[in-house]
Amino acid sequence: MKKTKILAVTIFTAIIGLVAIAADHIDAPATQGTSADITDFYAFQGEDTNNLVFVANIQGLLSPTATASASFDENVMIEFNIDTNDDKIEDLVIQAIPRDGKMYFFGPSAPASPGLNSFVNVMATKSEVAITPYGSNAIIANQNGMKFFAGPRDDPFFMDFAQYGAILAGNATGFNNPGADTFAGSNVLSIVVEVPKSSIGGSGSINTWVEAKTKQ
Amino acid sequence: MKLPILKYIAIATFAFFVISCNNNDDNMSEMDNQFAGVYVQKDQMGRPAVNTVFVSSASKNTFNTTVPSQQGAAFQSMFQTNLMGLSPAFANAGDKNALGLDAASFTGLLATDVLNVSLDGTTTFFDGTNVLTGRALADDVITVELLLIFGGEDFSENPTLSNDNVDANDKPFLTSFPYLASPW
Repeated sequence: MKKTKILAVTIFTAIIGLVAIAADHIDAPATQGTSADITDFYAFQGEDTNNLVFVANIQGLLSPTATASASFDENVMIEFNIDTNDDKIEDLVIQAIPRDGKMYFFGPSAPASPGLNSFVNVMATKSEVAITPYGSNAIIANQNGMKFFAGPRDDPFFMDFAQYGAILAGNATGFNNPGADTFAGSNVLSIVVEVPKSSIGGSGSINTWVEAKTKQ
Repeated sequence: MKLPILKYIAIATFAFFVISCNNNDDNMSEMDNQFAGVYVQKDQMGRPAVNTVFVSSASKNTFNTTVPSQQGAAFQSMFQTNLMGLSPAFANAGDKNALGLDAASFTGLLATDVLNVSLDGTTTFFDGTNVLTGRALADDVITVELLLIFGGEDFSENPTLSNDNVDANDKPFLTSFPYLASPW
């Protein structure tokens, strides 16, 4: 029984060739190690329960020594997508794009057209926050009824990825107890936006996802 | 007397041009021009670990550039093949996970990689009661996914594969904005 399990896992590994790191850290060749690599996405109710918080993390696995020189790429737009009618097509977007030490935010607003290609919607509600330098206290902007942050943060993701890899490689049959957090001590670049629920559907459920889009 | 007046007029004229070149409207349009151009999708993410675990290597870039409304049709069968190859808990016909989802319906849910979020209260990946109502920072999403992949109908199958035994972040989260902990 155990051998079958190990065999199944080994075969799966051979088929999948899984070398990528969860949750979404380094998930695909075209984004791996680039400034457009999304590592994680969160959406949760804020401290003020009338608000919802979106978090996009990019450029993961930054060591403390590498964090000061990590920066947001001015050619990369991060777009939060919000689907309010469950057709899996975005009805609203919040766009975040850096310029000269600030992160600019547009929206929430309806996209000119949904899908893979976007323009920055400069007609949408515009907000901005200074990008927090490494080692400084978090710079927070309260603008247009929303809150904004952009800068390095501790990577909130936790997992024994090393053991997961060992299992998939056929070198282990299960997780250790206790496990070891592979992401301990590493940083990411974070964009955090808190918006009133009333501006993204009000009540009920939404579908949401985040995209990194690069300028052509 | 006349010369200083001329000087003032010259200064005022110069200042007028400088100011008009720097008024807010002009700054706005300069700024708007900075944002011009087409931005093309490179990466996307809804739920944690979906592309990582369920998309075969050769398809990972394609998955990242397929809009969610088309992901189910394009990827569900690949997800099902990979799930059944990965987990003994889905090896037999009729196997389900603790959400009551068989391999086809579970991968149908996963293949459309969006995060479902409730605007009416608790937001969590899974807290024992609420299922997929958001994703909070402290949610142990990997253990939840391992349980749903390996744990079988009642979370009792494959216990050594169903929990990575890392249950919390290495730094406490903040209760207030921006919620994430300061960097190391």
